[in-house]
Amino acid sequence: MEVDIPEETQEEVAMRIRPHWGRILVWVGLLTLLGILAWGLIRARQGPVSVENQVPDFTLTTFEGENIKLSDLRGKVVVLNFWASWCKPCEEEAADLEAAWRHYQPRGDVVFLGIDYVDTEPEAKAYLEKFDITYPNGPDLGTRISQAFRIAGVPETYTIDREGVVRHRQIGPFPSLESILAAVDPLLGQ
Amino acid sequence: MKIICLALVLFGASLLASGVGVAQAPEPAVVSDDQVNAIAKQLYCPVCENIPLDVCGTQACAQWRELIRQKLGEGQSEAEIKTYFVAQYGDRVLASPPARGLNWLVYVIPPLAILAGVYILYRALKAWKQPAPQVSQAEPVAAPSDEYVRRIEEELRKR
Repeated sequence: MEVDIPEETQEEVAMRIRPHWGRILVWVGLLTLLGILAWGLIRARQGPVSVENQVPDFTLTTFEGENIKLSDLRGKVVVLNFWASWCKPCEEEAADLEAAWRHYQPRGDVVFLGIDYVDTEPEAKAYLEKFDITYPNGPDLGTRISQAFRIAGVPETYTIDREGVVRHRQIGPFPSLESILAAVDPLLGQ
Repeated sequence: MKIICLALVLFGASLLASGVGVAQAPEPAVVSDDQVNAIAKQLYCPVCENIPLDVCGTQACAQWRELIRQKLGEGQSEAEIKTYFVAQYGDRVLASPPARGLNWLVYVIPPLAILAGVYILYRALKAWKQPAPQVSQAEPVAAPSDEYVRRIEEELRKR
């Protein structure tokens, strides 16, 4: 026996079976947005590159125009200092950093690099001249290096071993020349 | 001798008149605070987040404003100065992020959200205005076709 289904009911059935592309699209969009938001929040909570972590690679163009690639310095101990001319605590350690650099320079296996964070070039150069800083320094163009290290501020200094692993992280200025030597010396024998 | 002196005087006078002999580097134009702030308010220093450069009181921001003044004095346009700051410090110094990469979402999502809201409101109002569907009368129960059920009902009627 054939059952006569009213026309309206057939339409309703067709509506029920048909996928609701609009709703699917909205949900996909919402989930994508939430994913992006979660990714951003997780990244923001990661904090700076910590001790025992491999350092992110970068190329620093110094104020003199020389390009220095961090990965090219493998086999050497690297002291990476983030600073700025407007940063008063940076001034507290500037002379000690230069003294430490001059202490290690004859060895040839220790490199000091200064990353000038969010600064203006004339003031940065004046700062380098004021403290007679002779190790390579360059601007953090596009703040790419500081973002890769996720620094919290300046000054911040990373002591990196010969394999490119962070062995010491100094948040704020080094209190003395001895404290810089204490961060570098243990890495020289490795 | 007089002729030589006269020639020298005339030569000097002609140099002065043409400006060749006394040519100096053009002095930078005087730039007002308003001109500096017109650009500074479109920039944000990464050091002091969420504070526009024109009202930020840190030394870093003061240096940036001075840099803007210097570049305006050199005759650079607003676009050139902003391009310089982006190259030096990244996109995040701009108050309005450039429409590329994920930044597109900032420009696309709000209008889309508004359109979706309008559509939902329209649907809700439409459903609200429509009269409630009449409750259809109960359809007569079809006669039981099952022989077993029919016999049970027959037995029940007999009692």
